[in-house]
Amino acid sequence: MLKNPEQIEVLCGKLFDEYGSVFPLPPFSQKVCSFFGSLASLLMKHPQSRNYPDVVAFGFFCRQANIEGLRCRYEGQTENRLGRGISFHIAPSNVPIIFAYSMAVALLAGNACIVRVSSKPFEQIEIVCGCIRELLASSEYSVLADYITLVRYPRSRKINDELSSVCDLRVIWGGDSTVEEVRCSPLPPRSNEITFADRCSAAVFDAEAVLSSKSALAHDFYNDTYLYDQNACSSPRIIYWLGDEDICERAAEHFWGMVHGYLLEKYSVEPVISVDKYTAACRLAIEKDMQVIPMPDQLISRMRVYSLSPDLEKYRCAGGSFIEYFDTSLEALAGLVSPRIQTISYYGKLAEKLRSFVIEHRLNGIDRIVPVGKTADFDTLWDGYDLILQMSRRISVQ
Amino acid sequence: MVNLDTILQQPVYGTAHAEKTALLADTLRELTLYHDSNCPEYHRILRAFGYTRKRIGAVEDHRDLPFIPVRLFKEYEMRSVSESELFKTMTSSGTTGQQVSKIFLDRQTSSAQSKVLARIMCEYTGKKRLPMIILDTSAVIKNRMMFSARGAGILGFQMLGADRVFALNEDMKLDIAALEAFLEKHSGERIFLFGFTFMIWQHFCKVLRETGERPDLSRGVLVHGGGWKKLADQHISTEAFREELKELCGITDVHDYYGMVEQTGTISMECECGHLHPSTFSDVIIRDSFDFSVCPHGKKGIIQVVSVLPHSYPGHSLLTEDEGVIVGEDDCPCGRKGVYFHVLGRLKNAEIRGCSDTYAEKS
Repeated sequence: MLKNPEQIEVLCGKLFDEYGSVFPLPPFSQKVCSFFGSLASLLMKHPQSRNYPDVVAFGFFCRQANIEGLRCRYEGQTENRLGRGISFHIAPSNVPIIFAYSMAVALLAGNACIVRVSSKPFEQIEIVCGCIRELLASSEYSVLADYITLVRYPRSRKINDELSSVCDLRVIWGGDSTVEEVRCSPLPPRSNEITFADRCSAAVFDAEAVLSSKSALAHDFYNDTYLYDQNACSSPRIIYWLGDEDICERAAEHFWGMVHGYLLEKYSVEPVISVDKYTAACRLAIEKDMQVIPMPDQLISRMRVYSLSPDLEKYRCAGGSFIEYFDTSLEALAGLVSPRIQTISYYGKLAEKLRSFVIEHRLNGIDRIVPVGKTADFDTLWDGYDLILQMSRRISVQ
Repeated sequence: MVNLDTILQQPVYGTAHAEKTALLADTLRELTLYHDSNCPEYHRILRAFGYTRKRIGAVEDHRDLPFIPVRLFKEYEMRSVSESELFKTMTSSGTTGQQVSKIFLDRQTSSAQSKVLARIMCEYTGKKRLPMIILDTSAVIKNRMMFSARGAGILGFQMLGADRVFALNEDMKLDIAALEAFLEKHSGERIFLFGFTFMIWQHFCKVLRETGERPDLSRGVLVHGGGWKKLADQHISTEAFREELKELCGITDVHDYYGMVEQTGTISMECECGHLHPSTFSDVIIRDSFDFSVCPHGKKGIIQVVSVLPHSYPGHSLLTEDEGVIVGEDDCPCGRKGVYFHVLGRLKNAEIRGCSDTYAEKS
């Protein structure tokens, strides 16, 4: 069926072998749930896993207790549901592990999965694919063999066309330009699509709470930001400090001191990123009222602004570039929000305050409110979608 | 205001460390204050980074003065003279795709650029203007669509020749007949040759190699620039480039230069020992990307270039995106004073992680 099948490297499963005969599964089917439990054990035992915190985190997501927790969350909502059929996923090319989460959630929702993994040769992909292959080869999970196909291929409109033409659900990661490109390939009329566009995130810190924080905060913040070069859509780029001016200043001093100490051990900035960050600061200086807060080196770039607007997102720069704002109330946060704002991470007891702020102000952005350190934790609620419900079909019965 | 004419009377390579530092500190400090008063964008950057006029006024070493990223000229139209004083606008195609640097020149800056370039070149070609072979096509300056750093470079350099010929026709083919006729006409004379490194390799050396033509350029002095990236991609070294030229046309007096449209005029020339030398009118500072501190000699880092010429636009102190290393200072065997350095290429693009804009990459 495919014109250039040789361009496709099949890492797991098989392509186009009578897909019509693959039946959808109910969400959280027993076989699928136990498959992930087994996958978790394999991943945890894998000798290479310990080198890759993202593989460990995925293993943690797959473990039996977590899957069971998710199943319970959807109890009462999935009885009349089945997967949509065949799902086709385009994973981002520089976060190796997202393909695995995308596949997991689609399978849990009851779909067969064709996943295009990153074309870069990440070890993490080899580890996860290896474990999946091992399980599918066993008699226990061979029934799932038709449900997992992992492929790698270079940019190709033709292959996107072919795979799109057979899918009931398409999932596109990788931001605006990827979405735009993949959307050139038509979907069958009944198929639907979930897209993960470019997003930008911010953090709100209770200054008083930060003043008494310990180094664990620096560690959590690192995981939210520098661990992915501050370039994940959930990484905060804007820090909103809540408190009186002098307390905010002291808290920021304390906080960045801790983060800086942590970075000296853990992170190095590539020369071109140093220049990028410096350029971003100059750009912001030209266009907005701001003050650069001096730091001993280029690890952290701090830019204090005096008002918030949605276009601040334009001045973002990967690799440790932070726009900061001090205020005694949350009100000004509304000025920052646009549909592009995805995650607000917080420190201090702010979850309820933030939730009611978003709802009361009817903000057209902010899909997630999570504590510092949890921004990258994958959940079936992502980017404002309930993925399990979006990826399954509900049968109405009267 | 600094009197540029006084500075330009200094010897091109005669000022050693202490004298040069004093000269540049005075001139560049005043230029910084001047642009602070006259270029709103520049002023906003200095203030945001905490550079007050008082702080700038107290600077005694030009290495302590602020610098701005050269990339800003691709994004902002920055100038320090009124629109009515503009004489011409230079543009360059950059490596960042469609964005183009825009450099605004008034008469004073433009003429100072030409003067300085001529003075530097005299050090290599002698006082007398020489017949000149441009190893490129005239189309590059005729055609506005093609007008680029290449065109600007040729326009700048061609004024230094007495009689001129373009070695390539409009289709980028080597015009060997025109070349031989020109050499015939100027037989016995020294010849000045100019071109861009990659163009010379691709459209001159390769063609001579293929056709077997061997024009005698042993009396020539070749000045070439534009960077080594494309040759490095083809694994062609400086030595191989020079060897090839020597073998194909007997030319041995070959000088690379380092310069950019944002600081036209004050180029750094390669000496007989293979070192790049900024002239008295400019300097090269290597900065550590970790904290932008000045690297000691021998340590590689990001190249900052300073020049006394930019008056109509705030380009007197720029952080480039090139990597380099200072080899030594005041003691190059060639006798030229000041620092001498190597360019190691453009800063490598980072392998950045993150979830956006990935599929669209060339993969």
